[in-house]
Amino acid sequence: MRSTQFGFRGTAVGSVTNPRIAASLVALNGIPATPYALDPDNGGERAGHAYQNVKVLGDLSTDQFNHLMASITQWVAPPAQGCNYCHNPNNMASDAVYTKVVARRMLQMTRNINANWTSHVRGVGVTCWTCHRGNAVPMNVWNEDPSSVPKSGQRLIGNTRGIASAGHDSVKYASLPYDPFTPYLLGAYPIRVQSKVAVNGPEVPIKATEATYGLMMHMSGSLGVNCTYCHNSRSWSDWSQSRPQRVTAWYGIRMVRNINNDYIQKLAWAMPANRKGPLGDPYKVNCTTCHQGLPLPLYGVSMRKEHPQLWGPVTRDVGGIALPGVPAAAVPQADGSVRHVVSVKAVSPASEAPALRSSTAVASLATPTG
Amino acid sequence: MGYQNIFTQVQVRAAADMGVPLPKGDWARDGKPAPSYLMGKFGEAQIGPFYLGRLGLASLVLGFLAFEIIGLNMWASVGWDPVQFLRQLPWLALEPPSPKYGLQVIPPLAEGGWWLIAGLCMTTSVMLWWARTFIRARRLGLGTHTAWAFGSAIFLMISLGFIRPLLMGSWSEAVPFGIFPHLDWTAAFSIRYGNLFYNPFHCLSIVFLYGSTLLFAMHGATILAVGRYGGERELEQITDRGTAAERAGLFWRWTMGFNASYESIHRWAWWFAVLTTLTGGIGILLTGTVVDNWFLWAQQHGYAPVYPKTGVVDPATLGVLK
Repeated sequence: MRSTQFGFRGTAVGSVTNPRIAASLVALNGIPATPYALDPDNGGERAGHAYQNVKVLGDLSTDQFNHLMASITQWVAPPAQGCNYCHNPNNMASDAVYTKVVARRMLQMTRNINANWTSHVRGVGVTCWTCHRGNAVPMNVWNEDPSSVPKSGQRLIGNTRGIASAGHDSVKYASLPYDPFTPYLLGAYPIRVQSKVAVNGPEVPIKATEATYGLMMHMSGSLGVNCTYCHNSRSWSDWSQSRPQRVTAWYGIRMVRNINNDYIQKLAWAMPANRKGPLGDPYKVNCTTCHQGLPLPLYGVSMRKEHPQLWGPVTRDVGGIALPGVPAAAVPQADGSVRHVVSVKAVSPASEAPALRSSTAVASLATPTG
Repeated sequence: MGYQNIFTQVQVRAAADMGVPLPKGDWARDGKPAPSYLMGKFGEAQIGPFYLGRLGLASLVLGFLAFEIIGLNMWASVGWDPVQFLRQLPWLALEPPSPKYGLQVIPPLAEGGWWLIAGLCMTTSVMLWWARTFIRARRLGLGTHTAWAFGSAIFLMISLGFIRPLLMGSWSEAVPFGIFPHLDWTAAFSIRYGNLFYNPFHCLSIVFLYGSTLLFAMHGATILAVGRYGGERELEQITDRGTAAERAGLFWRWTMGFNASYESIHRWAWWFAVLTTLTGGIGILLTGTVVDNWFLWAQQHGYAPVYPKTGVVDPATLGVLK
């Protein structure tokens, strides 16, 4: 094992890593070569005008747009299906295939992360590759846990209350509440448990501490770091004894809540049953989804230079789909004014979801009505 | 190498020792005593007879009941699968009720009710066993030192599982049954209350724990070392000090500057052991009731070492996000 001192002598703040495991991660965390080199944008036609039904990427040139499509195909789509994983080959503008609707929202999400969550992703940012890594569904995702719902026949005896069983990688096999995701990465339950005063502090149960501890085990495993990578273990809560990485992690938790609540949960209507968990909720994001065992995803290498398209206006008024509940976005204009994107009439799941599968109902989605 | 006196070299076989006669009212001792060669290598070779008695029987019955309640709940939690039960056993638990039930007697069975019942059975079983150690000592004409030492351990146990939850107003504060779960509980407890290493009673308890281990090793080694002078005949060496006691004392006097006597070493050991759980129990009872964050308490009382600050600021105080 290799130990590195980060903190003051005597505080044991540092990292402990296994060089053999670290070496084995290199092959799994590379970045694919870009499909082709992208010429700089010399101001050609905008994709929003050249193509139909472009709602998010309209600001890109057609070159940039097509380059991004090729990249996405490489990053997400199964090779056997290629473009047809999202598109109807006879009508590329059609939203008939659900994956296109989901991808559109995810493009908004990616741009949002790169613009508004620099507190966590800095200038490195993320692309579809960061999570998907060539898979249609990222490998490290989570669902609400059906075993947290008490089974009938367990009313009298044997209720584990989400703690006591073995083999939960979610908390790195500790005997701790094994769903730290629902309360902390979907909900906004308070994570802090220690009192800020020596006496007469607030009453926080030990059970809450075990839940927080479970979340911390998840974070430790996701990033491949030990506790003192962020904390000074003699006083977990004291920020003035912690490392700056702890602040980054704090923003990361808020970012994941944003992703899960405002993007992914709201796509449940668009997804078929096989893309959702046993309780009907979409696969959601946790720390492992991006980090995959490294403190900096992909070793902190940015894909921005080759793929600048994913750093752009967060929503575009060509008809940005703002799903119900998402507030209108303010888009700064070239002349200094600010244009507010109004939420389009949302496609409601009950009446429209079956229509996604049929090409005849495409017209109702193709143009915004707001 | 010669005669090292680690394991018994020669085991004597004679008629079994049936013990001093018991007064009227006691049961008879059970079992035909048999020698065990393996036990004789490092201890007394004779196994049995055994005194069961009313208190012993009641204690075992209640203890068995607690054991079964815990085990069956654990087994049920893996859907009665025997393979999974064995595989997951170190992780399985019977958890106390959730905080929302407070001190309710009794919460729903599957939501902490069984934990309470098992805890009641176990505590009563231990209390009855305590009474057994006391009464047996009296019946055999002994002092009751063992019982009182055991009482100190029981004090810690009921502090953790009963008194402190009572003071905190919630059974959820108590320790779960289960191998890893009860260990994770100690970690969570220390995390919650600001690092128990800074609890002075916890420090004392550690001192006495390590001291007990040290003393036991020292004493065991010393007696074995003077075995060639009959040093294991402690009562004789106490009342009529011989060369064994003198050599043992001088060894330590020359090693560390002072020594115990043949009697006093046992008092040292008894007090170190008893104080371990006594101070530990006090430390537990003060946590969460009087002191909420031991590290901050240590800073206030001037015994937390001071290290340079890292300059990191709590992002929640910046007012931008919550």
